[in-house]
Amino acid sequence: MKFWYFSECAYPYLPDEDTYDSVRVTLPNRIADPDVAARLWDRYLLEWQIADECGLDIQINEHHSTATCMNVTAPIVAGVLARETKNARILLLGNPVANRPDPVRVAEEMALVDVLSHGRLDVGFVRGVQYEISATNASPVRSTERLWEGIELITKAWTTHDGPFNWEGEFFHHRQVNIWPRPYQQPMPPVWVTAATPASIPAIADRGYRAATFLVGHKGARTLFQAYRDRCAETGAPAPGDDRFGYAALVYTGKTDEEGMEGAQKLLWYIHSNKVASQFVYPPGYMPYFARAAGLRGDFSLSPVPDLKSMSLEELMEHGVLFAGSAKSVVDQIERFNEQVGGFGHLLIMGQAGHLEHEMTVRGIRRFAEDVAPELARLTG
Amino acid sequence: MQTIKLVDARDGIEIGAGIHLDVRTVGTGPRTALVLPGAERTDEDEAFLAALSAEFTVVMPSHPGFGRSPRPSWCTSVDDLAYLYLGWLERTGFTDVTLIGLQFGGWVAMEMAVRSCARLSRLVLVDSVGVKLGDPTDREIADLFAASHADLDEWIYADPAFRMGELSQAPEDAVLEMARNEEALAVYGWQPYLHNPRLSHWLWQISVPTLVAWGARDGIVAHEYGRALADRFSDARFELIEDAGHRPQVEQPEQLAKLVLAADL
Repeated sequence: MKFWYFSECAYPYLPDEDTYDSVRVTLPNRIADPDVAARLWDRYLLEWQIADECGLDIQINEHHSTATCMNVTAPIVAGVLARETKNARILLLGNPVANRPDPVRVAEEMALVDVLSHGRLDVGFVRGVQYEISATNASPVRSTERLWEGIELITKAWTTHDGPFNWEGEFFHHRQVNIWPRPYQQPMPPVWVTAATPASIPAIADRGYRAATFLVGHKGARTLFQAYRDRCAETGAPAPGDDRFGYAALVYTGKTDEEGMEGAQKLLWYIHSNKVASQFVYPPGYMPYFARAAGLRGDFSLSPVPDLKSMSLEELMEHGVLFAGSAKSVVDQIERFNEQVGGFGHLLIMGQAGHLEHEMTVRGIRRFAEDVAPELARLTG
Repeated sequence: MQTIKLVDARDGIEIGAGIHLDVRTVGTGPRTALVLPGAERTDEDEAFLAALSAEFTVVMPSHPGFGRSPRPSWCTSVDDLAYLYLGWLERTGFTDVTLIGLQFGGWVAMEMAVRSCARLSRLVLVDSVGVKLGDPTDREIADLFAASHADLDEWIYADPAFRMGELSQAPEDAVLEMARNEEALAVYGWQPYLHNPRLSHWLWQISVPTLVAWGARDGIVAHEYGRALADRFSDARFELIEDAGHRPQVEQPEQLAKLVLAADL
C-alpha cells in the first residue's frame, strides 16, 4: 500500500457561519488577508516537504472560489513541489478537465511538471464537484462526456511524437496539437480518475486507469472497487491489482488514542465548514433532473455520498470515513477497511484541515510515516 | 424514483427532424397564434391560452427538453429550435400567424423572425430574454443558475399566491417539471447566458409589427431592458403590465391576452 499526504490548504479564519450563505462561490474574498494567506501557504508547502522527507508520497488538488481550498491552480503548486520535494511521487488529483476549456494546455502543464520532477508525477482527472462550474463558466450539462473527450485528447497529446495531429471533437477543437516538452515518463504518467458512482467505473476500468474515491466509506468504496473488478472480468481484462484503487479518508495518528482523537476532532472542520447554498449543490444538468428534483425536495436517497455532516466522530470511524487514534488503532482501522473493500492500494491521507495547527499536523504526519505506514506496508504488501 | 413520462410518436406531434413534441391546441378561432413558452410549467399557461382562444386557434408546443417533450442530444441551441418551428409552420401551411414568445420563448421567437417573417403577421414578446444590450458588467438577466429557489420564486412572481414555495412541500410533479425545464434552459442558454450576441444586429430584419409586453415587477429581466429591446425594432410598441413579475401570462393572463388581441386588430 502507498500513502499520499494531502491537504486542501484552507483559509480557516472565517466569520460566523450565520453571516454568509455559502463558503463556496459567493463568499467575498475580502475576508482573506493576503499576508495571512501567504503565511498559510508557507506552512502548507512545508508540510508537504516534511511528508516527502518522511517517505510519504504527496497529493494535491484544486478548488475555486472557496475558503476551504486555496489551491486554485494545482499545476502551479505541483511545479513548486516538483522542485521543493526530493523523492515523493506527486499525485495531482485532479485536473478538472470538464471545466477546462483547453485540454491541450492541461497536457502541457502535466508534461512540464513531469519533466520538472524527473518523472515523479501521477496525473488525476476529475469531472469536478458541482460548485466548481462558476470558476470557468463551465456548463454542468454533459460534463462527464466533456471529461472523457478531454482525457482522450490529453493522452493523445502526450503519446504523439511525430508532429501535429488534428482534433475536431464534439467539445474541443485543435488543428495543430504538438506539445513540447513531452512527458518525462514514457509513454505517459500514471493516470487516475475519480468516481462516486459505479456508472463511472467502466470507462476507467476499460483503460486500466486507477480509480479513486473520496470519503464514501467502506460500503461506497467496496461498491466502486467491485464494479471495477467485475468490469475487468466481464471484458476479459486481467484481474486488477489493488494498486488500481485509491481511497481518501481523514486520518490523524497520535501518540495515544486520546491524542489521535483530538487531531481527528480538528479534521472535522473539513466536513462542518462546507456550508454550500442549495443552488450551488444542485446546478441543473450536473445530475439527472429527477435526482436533482429529489435533492431539492430534501430527499437524499439518490445521493451517492453519505451525509457526513450528520455523523458523529464514532460514526465516521465506523463508516471508514475517518481513521484516528494511536498508531496501532489506525493500523487496525485501515487493515479492517482494506478487508471490507476487498483490498485497495493507495490511501490518500487528508491529514490537515481548518485549525489543525502546523506542529500538530507535522506530528500526525511523522507518526503515521514512522509507525503506521511500515506496519500497513508489511500487512498488505 | 419518479420521472416525467415523455411523449413519443404515439401521443406527440411530429414537428420535423423526427422530433415529437407535447403540443397543446386550444380554440377554433379563425387566426393562428403560435405560443412559445418559457420555463414555466405547462399547466401554468392554461388561463392565458384560454383567454386567447376566443379569437385564435392557439398552438403551444413544449420545446424539446421542456415539460413532456423529448430532446434529441444534437438539439442544443436556440438556432435549432428556430429552424424546427419555421419548418413546422412551412409544412402546416399556417399563414398570418401571431407569434407569441414568452420569456425564453421570446428569444426563440426573435430567432425565427430574423430568419423569416413570411408566415407571420405579428410578433409578441413577453418579458423576453435573448439579446445583450448593456455593458459586460451589466447583469441584465438574473443568474437563474446561481440563485436560491426562494429568490427565484420572488423574482418570477409578484403575487406570492403563484409561487411554488418551499420545495419539500410542493407537489412532486411540479418540482420534477421545474427541474427538467431548468435543465433545458441550461442546455440552450448556459453560455452565452440566455442570449445570442449576434441577435441584436439582426433585429432590423423583423418586418412585422411587434408588441413588447413586460411585467412591471419582473425581477429576472427588468422592464427597462424591455423598453430598450423595443427600441431596437423598427415597428414595436411597449406595454407595461402592472402587478406581474417575469411571467405575466401566469399572473395577468386576461390583461396580456387583451394586449395581444388589441395589437392584432
